[in-house]
Amino acid sequence: MNAPETASKAGNKTITTLKEHIIEIISDSGEGAQRCGQSLGSIAARMGNGIWTTEIIPAEIRPPARSVAGASGNRIRIGSGYVTNGGDQTDLVVAFNEQVLLGRVRARELKPGCIIFLESLWRKHPDLNVSMAYIEAHDRLLAAGHRVIEFPMEQECQLLNADPKRGKNMFALGMLCYLYSFELQMARDQIALTFGKKAQSTIDANVKLLEAGHQWGEANLDFSFCIPATPAARPQIVTNGNTALALGVMASGMELCSMYPITPATSASHYLSEVFEQVGGIVHQAEDEIAACAFAIGASYASKCTVTITSGPGYSLKQEAIGLAVMAEIPLVVVNVQRGGPSTGQPTKVEQGDLMCAIFGSHGDAPKVVMAAATIEDCFYSIITARKIAEAFNMVVVVLTDASLSSSQQPFNRPQFNESWLAPPFDQSPVPEGARAYDWDATSGLARRFVPGQPGGMHTVTGLAHDRDSHVAYDPDINQESLRARSLKLAALQKTLTAPEVFGDEFGDGSGDLLVVGWGSTKGGIEEAVESLRAEGKKVSSIHLRFLQPMQPGIKEIMQRFKKVMTIETNWSDSPDEEIIDESNRRYSSLATLLRSRCLIDVDCWSEVRGQPIKPSTIRRIVLAKLTGKESAPLSS
Amino acid sequence: MNCSATDCLLELYDEQHELEDYQSGVPRWCTDCGDNAILAAVQRLCRDEGLRPEKTVFVSGIGCSSRFPHYMKTYGFHGIHGRALPIAEGVKMVRPDLTVFVNTGDGDCCSIGAAHWIHAIRYNMNLTVFLHDNQIYGLTKKQASPTSPIGTKSNTTPRGSYLDALNPLSVTLGVANASFVAQAVDWIPESLFEIVKAAYHHKGLSFVRILQRCPEWLPKSLDPWMQDPDRIQLLHHENALHLSAGLAKTYRNQLLHDPLDMNRAREIASSEDVIPVGILYQNRDIPRYEETRQTGVLRTTETVRKGFEAELDKYTV
Repeated sequence: MNAPETASKAGNKTITTLKEHIIEIISDSGEGAQRCGQSLGSIAARMGNGIWTTEIIPAEIRPPARSVAGASGNRIRIGSGYVTNGGDQTDLVVAFNEQVLLGRVRARELKPGCIIFLESLWRKHPDLNVSMAYIEAHDRLLAAGHRVIEFPMEQECQLLNADPKRGKNMFALGMLCYLYSFELQMARDQIALTFGKKAQSTIDANVKLLEAGHQWGEANLDFSFCIPATPAARPQIVTNGNTALALGVMASGMELCSMYPITPATSASHYLSEVFEQVGGIVHQAEDEIAACAFAIGASYASKCTVTITSGPGYSLKQEAIGLAVMAEIPLVVVNVQRGGPSTGQPTKVEQGDLMCAIFGSHGDAPKVVMAAATIEDCFYSIITARKIAEAFNMVVVVLTDASLSSSQQPFNRPQFNESWLAPPFDQSPVPEGARAYDWDATSGLARRFVPGQPGGMHTVTGLAHDRDSHVAYDPDINQESLRARSLKLAALQKTLTAPEVFGDEFGDGSGDLLVVGWGSTKGGIEEAVESLRAEGKKVSSIHLRFLQPMQPGIKEIMQRFKKVMTIETNWSDSPDEEIIDESNRRYSSLATLLRSRCLIDVDCWSEVRGQPIKPSTIRRIVLAKLTGKESAPLSS
Repeated sequence: MNCSATDCLLELYDEQHELEDYQSGVPRWCTDCGDNAILAAVQRLCRDEGLRPEKTVFVSGIGCSSRFPHYMKTYGFHGIHGRALPIAEGVKMVRPDLTVFVNTGDGDCCSIGAAHWIHAIRYNMNLTVFLHDNQIYGLTKKQASPTSPIGTKSNTTPRGSYLDALNPLSVTLGVANASFVAQAVDWIPESLFEIVKAAYHHKGLSFVRILQRCPEWLPKSLDPWMQDPDRIQLLHHENALHLSAGLAKTYRNQLLHDPLDMNRAREIASSEDVIPVGILYQNRDIPRYEETRQTGVLRTTETVRKGFEAELDKYTV
C-alpha cells in the first residue's frame, strides 16, 4: 500500500515520495527513544501529516540493558492523509542496540527489506561478547534481506561534548527530520515545547544535537523520503488517549477525580494532577481502589458528579461500590482503561477483555451504562457525554478505553469549548412539599434526586432494598418495583440513541456479503481493512458500537441486511479449529456473545489476545477468508 | 466559611429545632442495645447545637450500628461494609459546608474497613466518627470481631477466639495526624454526651470509640466494668472535659490528663483493668485535608474555559 509513488534525483541523491511510512525508534529504557518518537510524530503532525504513534513499553521500569524483552520506544505511522490506526509492519527502524531490535524481529514487526539504522558503537565494544553479538545480529539482519545502515550516534554525539546517553535521541530525531524532509525549524519549535519547563541551556543543547543529526543525514545519506501532507481544514491537537480523557474531565464540569495508581490508566491522572487545580479541580489519590470509588460516590452523592479512573484489576475491586451507586441511584463516571487480564495479566498491553465485567459486574441486577471510546477524540467527548448521562439518569456510566488508545497519539479537531458542558443538569429548584426520595416515573423509571443542603429533601440513601422514601423495604413488591425502575432507566436512555452508521455504504442500501462489527480501539484498523477490500469490489461493510449498554437501536436490522456478520475483537474466543471445540461449547468473543443473545442472529467472531492492536492486514486476511468461506472457522448453522 | 449577610438574616429566622425534628422512625435495635444510648446523645447534640437537618449528613457502613442514619431526620448515607469513611470523605471534600458524622461498628471499621480507618486518621478531615464497639458481629449473628477479647465464644470461635483483641485507641494514636481520640461508654449518658459534644466541636477527624453492650450476643461482657465504678477512669483537664459534681461522686477513679500529651495518651489507651473515659488526645493544629487541598481558584465558567484553552494550546499543531 505504501509503494513509492515517484522517485526523483537531485544530484546523486534520491528523494522518494511515499503515501505513508511506519517508523520505529527503540532503545533500552531511559535512553529517550520514546521522546524521540513522540517528537517525530508531533513534527509530522505540524507538517500536516496524518500520524498514529504507539508506545513500545517494557513491563519494568529499568529492564536489563541490551535485553531482547527490554525494548522501549515508539512506533510512528506517518501518512499523507488521515491515519486511524497503527498500521501494519514497520518500514524503518532506528535501534540504539541490536538486542532490543531482535525483540522486534522476533515479534515479526519488521517488514521484509526494512531499513534499519543501527547504533554502531557496539561493533568495537571492548567486551567481546557484546561485539560478537552485534556482528552476528548485523549479519543476520543483512542476510534476512533488511537494509542495515550503521549509525554512529554515540560517536557523533561525543564530538559535541554531549552526554551521549542522554543526547542520542535528539541526534536521531535530527537525522529522521532530514530523512523525511521535515522542516528543521518545526523540529526546533517542537524541542522548545518539549523542554519548555527546562532551562534555556537544555533547550539549546538539544537543538544542537538535532542540527548535528540533520547534518549527518545530509552528509551521509544518498536517499530521503517525502510524505506529502494534506493539512486539515480545522486546527488540530495531538494527544494520546489518556491526555484526551483528562482534558475531557477538565471540560466535563466535574470537579473531582478520585483514583488509585494503576497501569495503563494512571497517566490520565498524572496529567490531570498537573492541570486540574488551575480550574478549581482536585485529583484525590485514595488509599486503594475501593476507597477511590467510595470517595467518588460520596462526592457525587453530595451533588458533585465525580469520576474515578482505573484499569481492569481496579475495576474488579470497585464492583461492590459500583453496585451501591446503582442501587442508591447516584451518578458516577467510571473509566476503565483496559489492559490484558485476568489478574495482573499484561499491564502495559492492550486487550478488550473487560466488556462483560463492565456490563454484568456487581452482584444482582445492577444496570449501568457502558460506553466505549473508539478513537482518541472519543476519549475526550465520551467523558463529557458520560457525565451528562450519569446526572440526567442518576446512573453509573462506565467508559471503556484501552492501553492502545491510552498511549497512542493522533491529531484531531481542536475541541471548541461549550459552556453547556459545565452546566449542572440536575434540578436544584426547591423540594416540593411531600416529595419522595425516589418517586420513580411509571414509564421511564426516572426519579428526581435531592442532595444534602436542600431543605425538605432529607432522606437516607441505602444499599438495602428500599421504597420510594428510601426506607428499608420489607415488602417483596417494593423490591420488584425498584428493580423495575432502575432497569427501565436503561431503556429510557436507549430511546434517545440513534442507529449506528454503516461504514462502507456508498449506495445507502446498507447491505452486502459481510458486516464486521467492532467496538473500542479496533475502529481504525477495521475501517482501513474494509475500505481497502471495498476498493477491490468486495461487499463488506462495518459498524462500530459506542454504546454497549444500552445498545443503539437498529443494530439487528442492519445485521439482517448482510449475508454474514462477524465481530473482530481483542478478547478471548475459542477457535472452532480446536479438537474439542464445537457449537455446544465454543466461547465467543464478548461483543459477539452479546449480539447473538440480543439479536438471535448467528454472529461469528474472530479475536486475538496478543497484547497488540490488530493490524489492518490481519483484519483483511480474516475478512477475506470469511467472505470466501475459506475461513478456518466454519459458519455455524 | 464566611457567611453572607443573607445567610445571617436567614439564620435569625431559623426555627428552634426540637428533638423530634431529628428523629426518624422507631429504631429496630434490641432493647438495651448501646446504639440507643448513642442515638439519644447524638440527637440531643443536634438539637442543642441547632444543626440544620438539611445540612447534616450521617454516613455509615454495614452492621447493627450502621442503621443509625435511618433513625435521623437529616440526610444520610447507609453505605456498604467498611466503606463509610471514604464515602464521608468524598462528601466533605466537595461540600465542606455540611456537617458530616460517621457511624461505624467494630467489624466495619477495624476489620473490613481497617485500611480506610488508618488513612482517614491521616487525612484528618473534619468528620465526627463514632466507633460503636460492641466487640462482636451482631447483624450476622455472633462472630468474633477484631475487638472481641481473647477467648470470646462465638459462632466462628465456638471454643473461644484465638487472638488478642485489637485496641482501636492505640491503633488510632499510632497513626500520623491523629487529632482527636476519645473513649466513651454507653452506660454513662452524661459523659457520653459531653464527649460526643467535644468531638463535634473539634475541627479535624474526631475519633470516638464508644464501648457498648450487646444484650443479644455478649450480654455480660462489660459487666465487670459496669458493676464496679472504680474500674471506670474518668479523664479530665481544663483543656478537655470538666467533671460534674454528680459524675465525680459516682466515679471516683479520676485522672488529670493533658490531651496534648501523646505519650501519656498511649499509656492510658493501653489500660486493661480500667476503662478510660474521656479525651485521650486532642491537637487542634493538625491540617485538615479538605482545606489543604483547596485550590484557591474561584471556579467559574470563565476560569474553566481559560484553563482548558491554555491546555489545548499546548497540544495544537
